[in-house]
Amino acid sequence: MIGWFARRFGHLLLVMFGASCLVFLLIHLIPGDPIEVMLGEHAQAADREALRARLGLDRPLPVQFGAYLGGLARGELGTSIHSGRAVAELLVERLPATVELTLAALLFAILLAIPLGISAALHHGRARDATAMTFSLIGVSVPNFLLGPLLILVFSLWLGWTPVSGRMGFSSLLLPALTLGSGMAAITARMVRGSLLEVLREDYIRTARAKGLGPRAVIWRHALRNAWLPVLTLIGLQLGALLGGAVVTETVFSWPGIGSLMIESIQKRDYPIVQGCVLLISLSYVLVNLVTDLAYAWVDPRIRLGSSE
Amino acid sequence: MKPALLRIRGLRVALGSRERPVRAVDGVDLDVRPGETLALLGESGCGKSMTAFGMMRLLPLSGRITAGQVLFDGQDLLALPEREMRAVRGGSLGMIFQEPMTSLNPVMRIGDQIGESIRLHDKANLRRLRERVVELLDAVGIPDPRRRADEYPHQLSGGMKQRVMVAIALAGKPRLLIADEPTTALDVTIQAQVLTLLKDLQRRAGMAVLLISHDLGVVAETADRVAVMYAGQLVEVSDAKAFFHQPAHPYGRKLFSSLPTFGKRGRELEIIPGMVPPLDSDFSGCRFADRCDFVQDDCCASEPAWRDLEDGHRVRCIHPRGGPLVPAVDGELATRQRMPGQALLDVDDLKVHFPIHKGMLRRVKGYVKAVDGVSLKLDSSHTLALVGESGCGKTTVGKGILRLIEPTAGRVMFDGDDLAALQASALRKRRADMQIIFQDPAASMNPRMPVGEIVAEGLRAQGLGGNREARQRRVAELLEQVGLPADSAQRYPHEFSGGQRQRICVARALAVEPKLIVCDEPTSALDVSVQAQILNLFSELQQRLKLSYLFITHDISVISFIAHEIAVMYLGRIVEQGRVDEVLEQPKHPYTLALLSAVPVIDSKQRREVIRLEGDMPSPANQPTGCHFHPRCARAMPVCRERYPDVSRVSASHTAACWLLDQN
Repeated sequence: MIGWFARRFGHLLLVMFGASCLVFLLIHLIPGDPIEVMLGEHAQAADREALRARLGLDRPLPVQFGAYLGGLARGELGTSIHSGRAVAELLVERLPATVELTLAALLFAILLAIPLGISAALHHGRARDATAMTFSLIGVSVPNFLLGPLLILVFSLWLGWTPVSGRMGFSSLLLPALTLGSGMAAITARMVRGSLLEVLREDYIRTARAKGLGPRAVIWRHALRNAWLPVLTLIGLQLGALLGGAVVTETVFSWPGIGSLMIESIQKRDYPIVQGCVLLISLSYVLVNLVTDLAYAWVDPRIRLGSSE
Repeated sequence: MKPALLRIRGLRVALGSRERPVRAVDGVDLDVRPGETLALLGESGCGKSMTAFGMMRLLPLSGRITAGQVLFDGQDLLALPEREMRAVRGGSLGMIFQEPMTSLNPVMRIGDQIGESIRLHDKANLRRLRERVVELLDAVGIPDPRRRADEYPHQLSGGMKQRVMVAIALAGKPRLLIADEPTTALDVTIQAQVLTLLKDLQRRAGMAVLLISHDLGVVAETADRVAVMYAGQLVEVSDAKAFFHQPAHPYGRKLFSSLPTFGKRGRELEIIPGMVPPLDSDFSGCRFADRCDFVQDDCCASEPAWRDLEDGHRVRCIHPRGGPLVPAVDGELATRQRMPGQALLDVDDLKVHFPIHKGMLRRVKGYVKAVDGVSLKLDSSHTLALVGESGCGKTTVGKGILRLIEPTAGRVMFDGDDLAALQASALRKRRADMQIIFQDPAASMNPRMPVGEIVAEGLRAQGLGGNREARQRRVAELLEQVGLPADSAQRYPHEFSGGQRQRICVARALAVEPKLIVCDEPTSALDVSVQAQILNLFSELQQRLKLSYLFITHDISVISFIAHEIAVMYLGRIVEQGRVDEVLEQPKHPYTLALLSAVPVIDSKQRREVIRLEGDMPSPANQPTGCHFHPRCARAMPVCRERYPDVSRVSASHTAACWLLDQN
């Protein structure tokens, strides 16, 4: 177990190092002079040089890279070009909003997907199955930038039930969470259905029925516990995507999270912030995956962490 | 006579669409008396399992009961509301299944799975649930039951899992236990353990057993009465003794004569021509008529009625056969005994070890010694059988010889070359001389490839067979040689039956004109009557094409029929080797002895006393010190725990590695 953690921590460092390299190169991949891109063509030469010196772009590349990594190790992500505030501070300020939105979306998705998937599987090939799967198909197909404005139109403008945008308490969370969670709910429902259908064909389900167990016990105690595994993987993968993919939803609803911070910074060409956002998103991806693997071992006794594969 | 505990009357089960239903069970009447064992005997697809699932009301979604009564203890199970049926199912009517490996919930502790049954059916023991679980595990012979109760199914061997299944059924205190092929997936020594356990429990608890099996040997050793099923109907019901003495229905008789035995060596096994008729068709006469050797005009006119012979022996045949089966004569052995052949394959000290990685840096911390120093010799036109239980490494030997797995060490001399040392390109050329046939013909063919291409692929890979037309001609020739119609080439594997698919695999192997074919359990997925056809094909091809076979199998009766020599394998090493008659008639190694004694025998006069092996084969990653077999050997001596025995010579052709022989 300890060996497994050590190995996984090593993987984590490796992935984060790779992400850091990419992020570092980001600024150098901008066509032309990044300083000009950031400040515009009409900036004063003195301002340019000042910024160049501040970002350290006047030093040789390896030195820059060393300094950058050294900063990362100390938790310094640089400062915003425009506001002059520390990037780390900005991220910490915005993070709770994103986490709140993601968790709300996840909760919504799970609460919707699991009953939907189970009911579809149990009524396999019948009307309820077809209805559930049609909804799920719609959920997968409608993009967030369309669903978001639609929801705003109906619930905020016509019905006046929720605020149009911003983050002001529970009611303002509803629409963004729904928008962000709908796609995930749709895919998860399909996975729950497929996985459960497969498990229901297994021999041990027949054993459970042959014991005289009722349908409810067969499904909850025997089928679902086995059907969880692929669903967990999917939720893990999607949660990672949600943390980063909240960009569109956050923008549509002016939700003050990491996603909208990133978009604002891209528009303002505030590269240190963009770098910080990208790093944070990669880190959350890796962490979510780690948690997924742990959850796996918790659900399935056959998976023993640290044993030889 | 005691009144029947279970009376099935006119049971019909249909599967699939309502327009064209498959009538899997078509009017079955069956009685099981308290305390007796009734065997329901038949080949796959004849409706045995569907009868059981029907009476348990556990049919698959596409199945339904269309008629009949299942009177259990006077109560019609088919008329019960589902809630009341649940109290019977798993309670007084228990069931165990064929596949212990997949029949237990993998994410639930053993104890909890047994506990569930107690909760449902044995409320009196609710307060001492844990104690009762341990008692049950103990009753089915699981050592250290307290610890095992907290384990998960993957931590148990196959035999132990089947014991747990039995414990689950026992928890409901059944009066009738349905055992659906309970030992088919297990090795013979483990099969013997489980069958003994069932007999024991039956005697102690006075429960009746409905044993569903295709295995004549298992039925002969366990059943009080026998019911033979064919194409959805019963065709013969009899006392077991009378049935095994003189079966009356031509189908049952054919099953006996198609069994491979030592006495039938050198001759063709009898086969049942054709196939079981599809059960969605309408029948007007006897369902066996078009495959029956004794068919007469009146057989096809109307469905035969039941005829009473004597002492409750009933048969559904207009012209039943009488008299005992003609015993197979030992003779004619000479023709297939020892023809002098040239050495073709000489394997010396072959080892295949798989490293075990552990720790943060994935360092090698040990080896799974799947094959640990195996030496074999095989002459041309001969058959060497490599026999052993699952996990002993026999398949790995086959793959190691062909270098489908890289050997760790050893020499494989094949027709002048050391295969183990050949360069990749040279090895590819030699592959034409050695082919392999696998256990599951369906899984070993690409389902999206027409049969013609499957057979021709080896030719193409080796650049043999000339141009397209020449290759096509060759494919047609090969298909004919294995007894398939020439138009098979355009069809796909799924259009063929199991036996036909194995014929395709044989044709594929023959295409490149090999000298050696490694046959890995080639008939163990087939029914006896189909197995007979494939075994006949193997012998015929051997004589015609001078082929050598390395026959990997666990089936002693197949070996006794087809092999010239036997090598018995245990935990990565060969423990005994010799001519088939020597090893089968005078086994020297205690393991060989135990293995042979565990094989169920039909003829009660030939029955040996079963030497029961306790426990399971150890893991090849953790071999015992000294002789690998000593922890399970009844005759183990101190020296057996210390050193692995040397090979002792019993005769010019017979060797065994055992300290008992060393002393002499």
